[in-house]
This record gives sequence, structure tokens and C-alpha cells, in this order.
Amino acid sequence: MDRKQCCVKLSVQPSRGLMDEKFIVLVQNVWPGFQLTVHALHQCEDGHSWEAFGHYAADATGTVNVSEDPSLGGTYSGVEPMGLLWSLRPVPGSKPGLRMRKMNVQTPMEVTISVYQGHQTEGFVDQVPLAGVLVERWYMAPGVRRIPITEGGLTATLFLPPGPGPFPGLLDLWGGGGKLVEYRASLLASHGIASLALDYLTPKITIETRKMVGIEYFETAYRVLQQHPQVFSSRIAMLGLSFGTSITLKMAAYSEVVKLRCAVCVSGSHVQPVDGSVEQILGYFHKNSGKTRFSDENEAIWRDLLLPIPTDSSLKVDVGRLQCPLLLVVGEDDQNWPAYESAMDMKEMMERAGNSHLLTILSYPNAGHLIEPPYTPHARSSFFRTVNAREKMMALWGGETVAHSRAQEDAWRKTLVFLRENLF
Amino acid sequence: MSLERCLSFSRATLRSVCFTKQHLQRCVHICVRRSSTMSQAALPILSVFPSRALVDEKFKVLVENLPPGCPVTIHSLHHSEDQDYWEAYGHYISDDRGKVSVSDDLSFGGTYTGKEPMGLLWSMRPVLGSRKGLRLRKMNVCTPMLMDISVYSRHDGFRDQAPLASVLIERWYMAPGVRRIDIRERGVRGTLFIPPGPGPFPGLLDMWGGGGGLLEYRSALLASHGYVSLALEYFSPGQLQTADLEFNYFETAFNIVKDHPQVMPHRVGIFGLSLGSIVTMALAVESRIVRPRCCVCISGNHCFPPGRTLAGITGEVDMNYDKVRVDENNYHIWRDVGLAIMKEPSSKLDMGKINCPILLVNGHDDQNWPTVESAEDIAEMMRAAGKEHLLTRLEYPDTGHLIEPPFSPHFRATNFIVNLTKEKVIMLWGGQTKPHSDAQEDSWRRILTFLQQHLYCSPSPKARL
Repeated sequence: MDRKQCCVKLSVQPSRGLMDEKFIVLVQNVWPGFQLTVHALHQCEDGHSWEAFGHYAADATGTVNVSEDPSLGGTYSGVEPMGLLWSLRPVPGSKPGLRMRKMNVQTPMEVTISVYQGHQTEGFVDQVPLAGVLVERWYMAPGVRRIPITEGGLTATLFLPPGPGPFPGLLDLWGGGGKLVEYRASLLASHGIASLALDYLTPKITIETRKMVGIEYFETAYRVLQQHPQVFSSRIAMLGLSFGTSITLKMAAYSEVVKLRCAVCVSGSHVQPVDGSVEQILGYFHKNSGKTRFSDENEAIWRDLLLPIPTDSSLKVDVGRLQCPLLLVVGEDDQNWPAYESAMDMKEMMERAGNSHLLTILSYPNAGHLIEPPYTPHARSSFFRTVNAREKMMALWGGETVAHSRAQEDAWRKTLVFLRENLF
Repeated sequence: MSLERCLSFSRATLRSVCFTKQHLQRCVHICVRRSSTMSQAALPILSVFPSRALVDEKFKVLVENLPPGCPVTIHSLHHSEDQDYWEAYGHYISDDRGKVSVSDDLSFGGTYTGKEPMGLLWSMRPVLGSRKGLRLRKMNVCTPMLMDISVYSRHDGFRDQAPLASVLIERWYMAPGVRRIDIRERGVRGTLFIPPGPGPFPGLLDMWGGGGGLLEYRSALLASHGYVSLALEYFSPGQLQTADLEFNYFETAFNIVKDHPQVMPHRVGIFGLSLGSIVTMALAVESRIVRPRCCVCISGNHCFPPGRTLAGITGEVDMNYDKVRVDENNYHIWRDVGLAIMKEPSSKLDMGKINCPILLVNGHDDQNWPTVESAEDIAEMMRAAGKEHLLTRLEYPDTGHLIEPPFSPHFRATNFIVNLTKEKVIMLWGGQTKPHSDAQEDSWRRILTFLQQHLYCSPSPKARL
């Protein structure tokens, strides 16, 4: 049918949701069997445009329900309630190596969801859709308070849940790229956990003194959290991704000050010089950089830098010493760190030490390194610069989009359950 | 750690739940004490989904991690634009897994009882000690209504302690992407709300009642459902008699909607409440300039004296003002004034002349106007003219005059300035809270369905539900 479909009703519920909440996209009032494309468009903070789309055919009542009906093609297929978000990719003509990350968590991510006639794959921007709505995706629930923290020389942001408290606390660490990344901490605060996002590679003190922080920096962060009047001092967890895992395991196993109620380590490893400072640990990785491989597309594969897993006990955190529950989240297609091999080695160490009852491993086939909160678009590779590197390179993170997106959703849910069981 | 440091950290947090300094200090003390003594106890977890919603969307309130069989009170608190506090609460008992689900469990007391997923909103009332005759109406629709939802332990005396947990929720009249435009053209004053998207959209002219002023919230909500909606200001509060308004004012307002580039000109309806309903019916029946596609009339009537001016309406009310009664609280009851006016045939619009579908929504306990009797009379007229297929009547038991969007608190009697005498009285609108709230929820759903049916085209008979 060529006649233009009019009066199409498009609704997304909720129209304002948290980043980890599902929504229901409903198209109504079209002709039965009508072919249409549901399209998502997002312009991220650095100005790049991202899009996703699914092809649908309306049922006998003239309705398409994205949560129940299969997409017949597009950037995702099958029944995928959240495909419009996790399959977002840079629009044609964009620069290569992009990664979507929200740096300002006080404003929502805005996504325009539209309906177009027919099964389209390109040229959306040149057409007028049949209908369009705006959806807000928030990293902060209402009432969550964002508090910049500079005491003790820290560069950090504390997110406090609404309410009187006291709340369990959490130290949130990202990886080797540095910067103060807040979105996971703000999301955790939206789930009732007072979370401190910590910049430990590029904090103000390092920029000014040109010296990397020592172990005391993390112990200070722990103390700041512990002493907060609305934080439950004996219920503090630590969550680290990538290099953040290295720090988390080190603190959990060796620190006299940091007493964790539980720890979550995503896409990381226990391999590090055990007595090393932050700088020395980074130096150890750099020393092995000759083992870097390159993919056919010239993307850097760094997983071999820590392989084979050493047998020398001075080169891996003694996880047999751990006294708190540990959740390891690993992608089996991680091309950046040998997270899976490390997890297997940690398991063996803990079995020998008799504390393996504390360990839970979530291992996801075909998931890559960047296991982010759910519905974050999958970046199989992107431009990246570690803090001690001179230039940006295209890093291969790994993962196949559908499997990786499922892993993100599942891992987040299980992480929240793990934190809830241990902290509340 | 000093109390001052505690207070400075906690002040912002607790401001919304502790509105006295003493209460604030008590909360902080309890918080600090709880932290040190509760090292083994489970922390209750309170969640509301969604935390940001439109005002007509339902939510789920869940408390977890309580001890089993634990008595708790779930409480809502809202600080209005007028600086009043409104609250509601229900008494619950956790199940064997320590859970309370407001959507599934029964409330055993409070401002509502039974299984009431949205009771924390519709049963809200001003807190003890508030001024009398209050009504809750959001004037600034660009910001959400903020509500604190909290869980306290115990039923009796639950307020004596700080809550176990508290969250903040947002309730919006405007969906993201809805645009708000001030209208001051062709002599018409109002606010236009346009849905997101390219359009074109069906349109609505939206009119409130005898209180006057410019109320935007229903139009904002209608735009959030896909209608370009003009909230019309047609007189200032208390100024009805001097309002220099001819019928033409409303026709022009209708055309402003109809002529808008994003509106489908043959799909513009009219929505009115109370006095606004009279205008709605008059436009549908008598206007030679406008042709509404459909009409929604809440708590309305068809009494529009010859001359067709609003001042004429007040004139009729004046003449029958002796019929105003007061109840035992001295609240004004005007329904007999309406009954007297209805006895005069020339005062009534000839509803047999209507040519578009019309939905009448009324409450049987309307103490302000005999709207059900009016609906009966309208039905008669339309039947006699062979037009009854155009009429849909919704009449609700124990429901009063102010039938608002769903989950709004029920206003049985509120402050009102009588146009004639400039007196400040308390007007009895009627209704009992629970049935009135059910009516608000049910009627809104049916109104939206009615509007969708008549203003959004159905591509084929098969697609029509």
C-alpha cells in the first residue's frame, strides 16, 4: 500500500526511565499487516549521532508491540524489547572507533523514537516519520544527590540515595583510561547504595604533581565513605572494571584499612606484582607490551600481555586470603584482558586455600571486555589511550553484539542481587 | 563526629521528610545510632517503579528485606506550590519473605484500605493543621510534582520515628518533547501544548469552569497523549460578570487550534468541565463557524440563556441565588439553583441540533450542579431528534463535581470566590473519596478511548477494537 498512513499512535512507557529499566514501545492505529520501521536516534554529548532500527509488520489489530513482536531485520532481529537501545551504532559517515559514554549524569540521555513507513535501512534523516516521541533515560533517580568530593586530596564524586539512610557504601573504579566516570555510581545510588566514583589515574593531585597515587589514596576514599554520617560503615563494597579490578583485588586481599563486605570485579585479572604501587603495576603491563597482537583491522589486542597466568606467587594477588564474597564477571571473548583465564586461576587458588565458597564467577560466551550497565551500546573496538601511553590506538575489546548485550543485562541484574544480598 | 557535621550532611536529605528542625535533629540522631547498633540487621529496601511517570500512569511500590509479618506504614508526602503539605498512608504487614507490595497487598488502615495500588496518591489530603478548603492544582506544568514515598515501622504512632527508607518520585503532566506555547493572538488568551513528532495531530479546545484563570494541566496531559491542546483562559477568577466575552471568543479559540499547521483541521474536538461544558455544548449546537469533531463534557449542563453570554449565565444564577443551600458545615450547595434554571425551557440549548459525538461524564453526588438531571434531559432531547447514537453517558455513584485526571486527590469541598458577591465561601462539590477516585480513573481511560476513536482515524473497520 502506497497511501501514506496517517494518525499513527506511538507511545513509549515509561517515557522517562532509568538506564537499566525496560520500556514498552507500542505502535497503534496502522493498517493490519502494515510494514514499518521503528527507529531510535540519539545525539551523544560529543555531538555524534547514533541510531538503531527494527523492521516490523503490524498484526491484525494494526498494532506493533516491540516487547512482544519480532523484528524482521534492522540493527537487531527477533523479539528484543530493548534492541532499540543496545543495538545503537554511529550513523553512516561517522568517525570510526566511537564509544558512547554519558559524562554528565545530571541530565538524561534523550532518544527520539520514530516510526517510518516500510522497511527502511538508511536515509532516515531525509524523511518525515509517521510519528515520533522523545524518551528520557536517566542515570540518576529523583532525589539522588551528587556531591563532589575533594577532601583528603581525592578527585571523586559521591552519589547518595534519597532518604535518611544509613546506606551501604560502594567504591566504584573504572579502568586504564582514567578520568572521573560517574554513571555507574549514580545508577547504583539509584538502587540505594551510597556510591563513590573515584578518579585514581588522572586525579587533580596527579595532574599537579605528575605523580601517580599510592595505596593510601584508596584507603582515604574508603575512610571518607566510611565516616559519612549516612553510610553504614561496616557495609562497604568495592566494584572495579578492568584495571579497577587490579586495585579492588589488591585492597580486598592486602589492605589493613579497607575491610570490604564484598567485592565485584568485572573484566579484570589478579595478575600484578603483589608489592607494586599503582605506577609499578602499570609498568609491569607496559613491560609486556611486546606481546601486543593486531587484528586484521589493525586493532590492538592486549590480552596476551598477562598470559600465561604466572605460577610465581609474587605476580598475582593471593585471593586465598580473601574473607569476603567475590563476584567475578568475565567475557569469554575479552580481547583486552585475559579475564576468563584469570578467573579460572583465581578459582583454583581459592579452592586450594579453602575459601572458594566466597567465589561466584559469571562467565559469558561471546561477550567482550566492556561489560557496562544494561542497554549500553556494545563497542567491539574503539579509540583508546591508557594514561601512560603517548597516543590513542584502536583497541579491540571483543564480543559479539547480541551475546554481549545479553551478558550486560544479565550481569547487571546478578550484580545488583549480589550487592543486595551482601550489603542490605 | 559532631552533630553539626551530621546536620549539615543530612539537612538536604531530610528537608522533605522532616519539616521541623526538631524532627530533623531526631532523624539524624536515630540515623547515627542505627548505624552502630544495626550491624547485623537487614536494611529495608523501598522502590517505586517508575520513579518518573506521567500523572495518569500507575506505579508499583515495593518494600523488601523487612522481617516477616512486620507491621509497617507506607506514607506519601507532597509539598505543593501553595506551600501546603498533602499526605496519604496505608498500614501493611509484610509477608513471610519480608515483602510488602502495595499493588498486591491490602492496607489495613490509614487514608485508604484494601488493595489500592494508587491509594498513596488519590487519598492524599492536607496534613493536620492545614488551612481549610484546599485544592491541589499544579500551575507550573513544566516541572513535575515531587512526592516522598516512605516506609515507617509500626502502624500506630508511626510518625514518632524517622522512616526506615524513603524515595522521591516525579509525577509529570508533560511528556518529554511536548512543547508549551503562550497564545496571545486574535484577542484570545491561552496556552497551546503540542505533542512531540512531526504531526499532523488532532486538536482539542480545553476549558475549565467557573473558577476562572488559566489551568494548563489537563491540556498538557492531553498533548502527552497526542493531541494539540489549547488551554483557554476566558475570565479571571471572580470576574465572570464583567468578562467581556462573546460567543465569538470561543469560536476564535477553536479556530486557532484548527488553523495550526500541525493540526488536522477536520479533527478538532472540544473538552469542557462545568462552565466549560456549557460553552462546549453551545459551540457544538449553535455555532455556525465551528464544527467540532466530538465533545467531552464533564460535570456540565446545557443551560445557556438566550443571548449566549457568560454574563447571562451569572445573571440566571443571580436570579435564583435564593436557592443556594448550606450544609451543617456552612458549605455552599448550588444544585438547587441549577434545578430551578433547568425548569426554564428557553434557558436550555436545543441538544437535538447536535451533529457530533458527545461524551457526558457526571457524578451522582454532584452537589454543585444537577448534572445527572441535565444529562437525562439532554438524552431526551437527543432521542427525540433521532440523535441518541451520538450520545455516550458515564455516570458514577458517590462521585462529585470535580472529576479530575486520575489519581488526583478528591476535593469534596474547597474555597471558591462567588462571582456575584465576591464572597469567599467553601463550595461543596460532593463525592466520597474512594468512589470518586474510581470514577476519575475509569472516566479518564474512557475519555482517552473516546477521543482516540473519534479524533485518530481508524484505517479499516477491522482495526477498530
